[in-house]
Amino acid sequence: MTNIAKKIYVSLIFLFLYAPIGTLIVLSFNASKTRAKWGGFTVRWYLSLIQDETILEAFGTTLLIALFSSLIATVIGVISCLAMSSMKRKTRTVLMGITNIPMLNADIVTGISLMLLFISLGLKFGFGTILLSHITFNIPYVILCIMPRMKQLNPSVYEAALDLGASHLTAFFKVMLPDLLPGILSGFLMAFTMSLDDFIITHFTKGAGIDTLSTKIYTEVKKGIKPEMYALSTIIFLTVLILLLLVNLAPNRERKE
Amino acid sequence: MNSKRKILAAPYISWSVLFIIVPLCMIFYYGLTDRSGAFSLENIIAITSVGHARALRRSILLSVISTFLCFILAYPLAMILTGMKKNQHSFIILIFILPMWMNFLLRTLAWQTLLEKTGVINNILTFFGLPRLKLINTSYAIVLGMVYNFLPFMVLPLYNALSKIDENVINAAKDLGANKIQTFFRVILPLSVPGIISGVTMVFVPALTTFIISSLLGGSKVLLIGNVIEQEFTQASNWHLGSGLSIVLMIFIIINMVITALFDKDGEGSAL
Amino acid sequence: MKRLFMIVLAAGIMITSGGCGSGNREKDVVIVYNWGEYVDPDTLAMFEEETGIEVIYDEFETNETMYPKIESGAAGYDVVCPSDYMINKMIQNNLLMELDFDNLPNAKANIGSQYWEQARGFDPENKYSVPYCFGTVGILYNKTMIEEPITSWAQLWDEKYSDDILMQDSVRDAFMVAEKLYGYSMNTLDPDELQTVKDALIAQKPIVQAYVIDQVRDKMIGNEAAIGVIYSGEAIYTQYENPDLEYVIPKEGTNVWIDSWVILKNAPHKENAEKFIDFMCRADIALKNFEYITYSTPNVAAWELIEDEEIKNSPIAFPDLSLYPNLETYVYLGEEGDSLYNELWKEVKSY
Repeated sequence: MTNIAKKIYVSLIFLFLYAPIGTLIVLSFNASKTRAKWGGFTVRWYLSLIQDETILEAFGTTLLIALFSSLIATVIGVISCLAMSSMKRKTRTVLMGITNIPMLNADIVTGISLMLLFISLGLKFGFGTILLSHITFNIPYVILCIMPRMKQLNPSVYEAALDLGASHLTAFFKVMLPDLLPGILSGFLMAFTMSLDDFIITHFTKGAGIDTLSTKIYTEVKKGIKPEMYALSTIIFLTVLILLLLVNLAPNRERKE
Repeated sequence: MNSKRKILAAPYISWSVLFIIVPLCMIFYYGLTDRSGAFSLENIIAITSVGHARALRRSILLSVISTFLCFILAYPLAMILTGMKKNQHSFIILIFILPMWMNFLLRTLAWQTLLEKTGVINNILTFFGLPRLKLINTSYAIVLGMVYNFLPFMVLPLYNALSKIDENVINAAKDLGANKIQTFFRVILPLSVPGIISGVTMVFVPALTTFIISSLLGGSKVLLIGNVIEQEFTQASNWHLGSGLSIVLMIFIIINMVITALFDKDGEGSAL
Repeated sequence: MKRLFMIVLAAGIMITSGGCGSGNREKDVVIVYNWGEYVDPDTLAMFEEETGIEVIYDEFETNETMYPKIESGAAGYDVVCPSDYMINKMIQNNLLMELDFDNLPNAKANIGSQYWEQARGFDPENKYSVPYCFGTVGILYNKTMIEEPITSWAQLWDEKYSDDILMQDSVRDAFMVAEKLYGYSMNTLDPDELQTVKDALIAQKPIVQAYVIDQVRDKMIGNEAAIGVIYSGEAIYTQYENPDLEYVIPKEGTNVWIDSWVILKNAPHKENAEKFIDFMCRADIALKNFEYITYSTPNVAAWELIEDEEIKNSPIAFPDLSLYPNLETYVYLGEEGDSLYNELWKEVKSY
């Protein structure tokens, strides 16, 4: 393939990926309330977004769930990676197999199975049930990110620390944790994103009067999406984009200098 | 020391028993009993009824097509990305992941605006004096939605696998007289199999079980097995039937997992 | 690669972590489960202000999606607003609480006697429900896109309108259309009749643009479709937005429905629920809701307050039902009947 053909191909794929996003951004500036018509340029929706309690509340819930579930999943993940690394190979394989279930299984089945569980436990559907489900499907991602790092660790360093008089706890925090940190961090961030983007599992485990952005959008789809939703998504998207550009361009420049 | 460390596994083991194993057992319980609680295979056999069988067949067909399309689109892309200069491709991959930050329901919904009868694409066609196309509410629209949403899941593992291939191996093949096509089929493709397998799994499973893409882009005219299961729980309130059909769905997923496990011997690493 | 992924995610977390919270507040609340766009949000605010009770408000799209949530009992709702046949099903399955009408003075005083009478069809002793809205199901069509007058359900099978037809995406409403077309009862359980009806719906499917519920409204307003099945209440609103639209009740007859407030047996906030229902029955509130959602109100006191004579005497909002033959109301078909309908509907949808 020539370079030009390559470039054309990559740009076509990017066009495919970004056409809907461009559409959404355009819609956020559309003065007409229906998707179907272009009613002129406006920033009205951005202003009314600030007053739209339901959308902001859903956004808040989404962030809280994502934050708590990924934090808790990370803690549990780190602890269980520690435990698993000292297990027999067979036990570990079994446990890893179980860990993989929520990842490989269909979201709809995971969602339904959790719903059945919560109902039979008599739990009240709401923030708590969503949080529990999100932690459940987040743990595998965390473990997946940490386990490879764990295997690379040199156990003798840890043992050396113990020999030099460190307690297990100190040895963990001073010796192991720094090495695991990149894995932990990426696990956390992965869990955070997964939680943020989830719709299906939340759909089955949410209760009255609580919505994440996804479930809010799902109910709005039926009656027409509020333009404020486009505005909020555009803000989120553009912020991430700008941050990316900053993070990415900065080191390049340094290198040149 | 080891035994002490093992105790640390207790929280996770109890968590996964309670929230992974028990819920799955409940699906099996509901799926294998009828309303009176007696054992019955009726809900599994229900997959053979006209409506369910058609929905399942269509789901399999559409998800196989989408997986194939994703593969065809993603492989060249992953190769191009692998061949790029280090500082360039990092940036391109970031841009590739970026769409995932826009809520996936909204992204799919945006396709409605593009594909509708009076939507963007048809307006462009009309502008050039071309006839309108019937795009929305067809199986094509659903395949498009699947490819669009799951393409990154194919690209990332492929890219991962391709970039792990040692360039020396490729050079060696060339030195030994292989031409480009031979190198590709004899060296690159076989070495990227783990990536292909995990990519296929990551696209096929969500495509097979989706119910949102079909309801957003299919106008409820195309019923997939995911829609049937969802509706059994949220509309018909027949948990037994819904669970029974979920079990059938899981059989497909398990087949997929077994195939994955057979190919993916080094395990754990290549899922993403 | 993994590091790259991390950076993307890190970038995201920075901006998002400054979000606002919404904790669980322990306040006096009432949890309401209602149809989408079925109440004026201002009236909820007024209720909160006057009573100090916070309204937690949730929406459903069809009776069928509402029922499982109630049945499982996990969601903890107080007040729901289902339709006739569904109320009957809920009464039979022991999910509803008998109302204490001493606590519902507005309901007793303001709802017209004919509606109480009508409600006996599904709530024989008027013990469980308070009518909130009523209406018919009919055809909405765009006069600029369809030239001939629309009078019959059969016209929804006309190939001329291929890809311009919207059907309802709920089992009873979809079946009703075909059942009425053949002159059957909309509550039929006769296997032969149902087979005919199913075949008719399958035959119609290729020319249907989409099966939708609330989206009929936007699609008709936006000229996305020419003809669709719609609830009478939506018709008035769509006509405000797009004067080209016309609503008719087909000559073969249709469904007359009532949506009523009910309180669930296991309602956690029973008193608040009563206050809420009674508040909704206050004439000024009912009027406000009528003007916002444009669904016909059985609240006679509110009807009298309507200033616009045209609306007050609108044949769509307040039809003289004696003029239409073959009107029927859905009846709960029992568990077997329900699953028979569901099975057939799945055959139609998967075709």
